[in-house]
Amino acid sequence: MIWDWNYTLEILPILAKASIVTIEATLLSFVIALILGLILALLRMGGPVVGWLASAFVELVRSTPLLIQIFFLFFVLPRAGIVLDAFAAGVIALSLHYGCYCSEVYRAGLEAVPRGQWEACTALNLSSWNTFKNIILPQAIPPIVPALGNYLVALFKDTPLLSAIAVLELVQTAKMLGSENFRYTEPMTVVGLTFLVLSLVSAAGIRWLEQRLNRRSVR
Amino acid sequence: MSGTTEHPMVRFEGVTKRYGALTVLDDLNLEIKRGEKVAIIGPSGSGKTTVLRMLMTLERIDGGVIWVDGEPMTHMQKNGQMVPAEPKHLRRVRSKIGMVFQHFNLFPHMTALANCTEAPVTVLGLSRREAEERAADLLNLVGLADKKGHYPAQLSGGQQQRVAIARALAMRPKVMLFDEVTSALDPELCGEVLQVIRKLGSEHDLTMLMVTHQMGFAKEFADRVCFFYQGKICEQGVPKELFVAPKNERTQQFLRAVLEAV
Repeated sequence: MIWDWNYTLEILPILAKASIVTIEATLLSFVIALILGLILALLRMGGPVVGWLASAFVELVRSTPLLIQIFFLFFVLPRAGIVLDAFAAGVIALSLHYGCYCSEVYRAGLEAVPRGQWEACTALNLSSWNTFKNIILPQAIPPIVPALGNYLVALFKDTPLLSAIAVLELVQTAKMLGSENFRYTEPMTVVGLTFLVLSLVSAAGIRWLEQRLNRRSVR
Repeated sequence: MSGTTEHPMVRFEGVTKRYGALTVLDDLNLEIKRGEKVAIIGPSGSGKTTVLRMLMTLERIDGGVIWVDGEPMTHMQKNGQMVPAEPKHLRRVRSKIGMVFQHFNLFPHMTALANCTEAPVTVLGLSRREAEERAADLLNLVGLADKKGHYPAQLSGGQQQRVAIARALAMRPKVMLFDEVTSALDPELCGEVLQVIRKLGSEHDLTMLMVTHQMGFAKEFADRVCFFYQGKICEQGVPKELFVAPKNERTQQFLRAVLEAV
């Protein structure tokens, strides 16, 4: 028999538990990436030295493989006395990596806000903080929601890389189940389907958010 | 401090502005009295918009001092010396000035009312209710009492510009700057905006400085007209004289060209 339903039912609870780890890693990393990306985008718009440093950091991270970054955080940093558990190292790597991609998206969004908006804020004597928070960001974000959403899905699909440092997420769990029982078909199929369903669900969620934002900011 | 001495409301003292090698304004000296309505005219590239933008601190100046209401704005006294203004000083003095832009620059994600309450709440510290009352009064003044809940995209150009005027007035400035405020409008919408400006001229003790191509309006509305040419005031005077009998050859040429085009 190619497909064993009893075995499938047996491993489902285990994989369900692992999927929680995957979702946690995804959401946590994405939230940090969103914040980090915004900070990086702002730094890059800031002074020449800070801007250059931020740009150099973004280029460095974007030009190296995520897997190398994960290994670096997990295997190399302990040599410098910084010991991270696997989950933390994985989340930090994902956050840094996707934070840098998000910073590019934020930058595009911020640059698309017309100059006249900044000038109106100056003319009305708004503080830099209020200018940014109340006027610029609310105009910069809605157009970039689809692009940020793409990175959410991409990040989610990159979480299996954490299996390389033995985080018990979906793929690592499936691999272990497979090697314990000498059957890979069921766990890998279930895991693949889980990724498919969750990706589709988040894509739908992003579309919904996009439409809601567009409706609210009539242009 | 204000009111006791008869200082000009705005004073440009030897102000120079350069963009690279290009000198946009060259040693500008200009005084504007409290409540005076001054129209600035001139060909494009003559530096007339730059005058307003420098006064609104949207452009840094390269030389000279701009005074507002008797105190230096671009500079400040520090240990008995005039030094370039720090942001805090700039912000305080700038609060006396409001500006209306050619392209309105309304906040597209806010209703007409919210456009007018944003700065009064966050900058002046008004309560939301006070700010909304003030905004409602001003929207009423510009004839848009019924458009409070509309977003800019739902308004015509003329209506957007009137909201922009209300938004600037909500900060209770002493000086209002109008930068080609009808240039982006269809001709039939200019009238309603000019009508509002006319009303401000009579209802408020406002100093007004406008860059305009509407010669008819400048002639009827302004106390004084300044003709700019190549970064300098080429000729200035009361509208009746400047428009009817310009002395300078450049002014004559410009007016002839503009009036023929109408």
